[in-house]
Amino acid sequence: MDETYDAIILGTGVTECVLSALLSIQGKKILHMDANSWYGGECASLNLTQLYNKFRPGQEPPTDIGRDRDYAIDLIPKFMMANGELTKMLVHTDVTRYLEFKQIAASYVYRDGKIAKVPSTEMEAVRSPLMGLFEKRRAKKFFEFLQNWNDQDPATHQGLDLDSVSMEKVFAHFGLEPGTRDFIGHAMALHLDDSFMQRPARETYERIILYTSSMARYGKSPYIYPLYGLGELPQGFARLSAIYGGTYMLDKQIDEIVVNAETGAFEGVRSGDEVAKASMVIGDPSYFRKGVNGKDKVRETAKVVRAICILKHPIPNTDNSDSVQLIIPQNQVGRKHDIYIAEVSGNHNVCAKDIYIAQVSTIVETDKPELELRPGLDLLGPIYDKFVTVSSLEEPIDSGRDDKIFITRSYDATSHFETVVEDIHDVWARVTGGEKLVLKKREDGEGAQIQG
Amino acid sequence: MAATPRQNPRMLQFKLVLLGESAVGKSSLVLRFVKDQFDDYRESTIGAAFLTQTVSLDPQTTVKFEIWDTAGQERYKSLAPMYYRNANCAVVVYDITQPSSLDKAKAWIRELQRQADPNIIIALAGNKADLASTRRAIPTEEAEKYAAEENLLFLETSAKNSLNVSELFTMIARKLPLEQGSDSQRGGGRGGSSLVSPGGGGQPGRGGVDLRGGQQQQSQDACNC
Repeated sequence: MDETYDAIILGTGVTECVLSALLSIQGKKILHMDANSWYGGECASLNLTQLYNKFRPGQEPPTDIGRDRDYAIDLIPKFMMANGELTKMLVHTDVTRYLEFKQIAASYVYRDGKIAKVPSTEMEAVRSPLMGLFEKRRAKKFFEFLQNWNDQDPATHQGLDLDSVSMEKVFAHFGLEPGTRDFIGHAMALHLDDSFMQRPARETYERIILYTSSMARYGKSPYIYPLYGLGELPQGFARLSAIYGGTYMLDKQIDEIVVNAETGAFEGVRSGDEVAKASMVIGDPSYFRKGVNGKDKVRETAKVVRAICILKHPIPNTDNSDSVQLIIPQNQVGRKHDIYIAEVSGNHNVCAKDIYIAQVSTIVETDKPELELRPGLDLLGPIYDKFVTVSSLEEPIDSGRDDKIFITRSYDATSHFETVVEDIHDVWARVTGGEKLVLKKREDGEGAQIQG
Repeated sequence: MAATPRQNPRMLQFKLVLLGESAVGKSSLVLRFVKDQFDDYRESTIGAAFLTQTVSLDPQTTVKFEIWDTAGQERYKSLAPMYYRNANCAVVVYDITQPSSLDKAKAWIRELQRQADPNIIIALAGNKADLASTRRAIPTEEAEKYAAEENLLFLETSAKNSLNVSELFTMIARKLPLEQGSDSQRGGGRGGSSLVSPGGGGQPGRGGVDLRGGQQQQSQDACNC
């Protein structure tokens, strides 16, 4: 590794692997390292041995729930929106060639102590048990308004300007009840808290359209999921980077971020007595927690608590679905942040047959984080085993423009990858001095050609 | 002579992965097989997602190999589990002039036996056989004996003068369980258990979804502008 590169990348989360691939395709010489012996960083998928090593060192994994190699348990719970930005990125870069996807079978929301399917069209709204008869009519009008909205045609606006009117006002215009606003804002627009109500309605409109168009794409839910777990995503982009010359080193201790003593600018990365040099570094926050050159580089914005639960049955009251997204809107359980439940199963090649993996997560609000998950855990039925973690959500303190140290954000508490793609765009703009990331379609045909 | 109607010719697709130490000629073997080319000073592999080549077994049956190169990720313990995933067959290459390269090949074979599909067909290839008379360091018998013990296919090959290259792939094709190949007319880019739907659109095969097919469909009903 004692060489000079255009960029060194630390951590193999999906954000870093996409950036690595994009830079390699541009012809940059990349060294990509990870302190772990597996790909994926915080968004890896682990087999049972790796999972127990991480959470319960010294304890042998159980032998009665199938083979170790059948497991790929995600460390973070996220699904991809079928029509979302990450899907577009996968298609554009042809990384879809390495992966297979499956639909998540259903999208549920919690209301008044019960769970029900999230309606996504005016037709479904009419049939939904989530609303009474009169509320259904109002909701139908609301969905028709969204579907028919056309920026160019003021006749479709009903006097509401999405760019200036708050979402609260739009809900009020249609006379929607608080509980209906909850499921639309949290289970369809996928907002994490209620601050969206005061912001212009455009943002929520776009999120609902993303939800409904994703839903329309494959039918059962707006979410898709890669077989063998989310860890496949970083692996796919890492392979793309490697194909374009990127060098990969896993299981590599990172001992020091070396900077110029006078200017503080990035010079290289030291591992043992080897130093790799480069003109910039991109890395996930975990590599910069100790600060660089006496300066703090990352700060904590919040904490998220997650419980990985192994079940021997599907989540009750979900029609025996092999996978679901279930959202408990904050107001329904007297919180300030939603509780998310994401469930996948043996059908997604992430665990043995007849086993279900459910992850319950939320943003921490008290000093007893695990207790905050209770409303979610209570919906799961008997839990075979449970791994609870509290992790920091971190972000870079500065843009990295001056010292060429570009830090990505932690994976947030949202249920999908949309904010991850925003971060990729943000880091790209910082790295290139303001360039906008435009994806170019790779050439068609049987993979790329060998270039000598 | 009027042909009697017979079953339609079939093209079956299989994923083949290459393994072996750096510089034993993995990419050269593939380049010889796929394009019948050889380059003395080939750089390390760059830019190849995977290549495909077909082998005709009989007039009715063609095997299409989707060949995955390591893209250099084997060098620092960094080959992703995805690489072996659903691989139907593997060619593990060593260099007959480099004794250590056979040890490395054996290590890869153990790794495959541990990680890959238990039914994977593994072929051991002793490459650079054109140097046999001058620089051979590994006797044919030694590798042959090992291959027999481990139930591997075995050939010495030369990507340079094309000795045994197409023979190696044909040998693998004959050993493949053809009923497990995915129909390449229908399948997408992946080997083995292709779940993608034929011709795009929203109808998934066995519950899988084809993102690319869906993309075309999406452009038709994009109305949210």
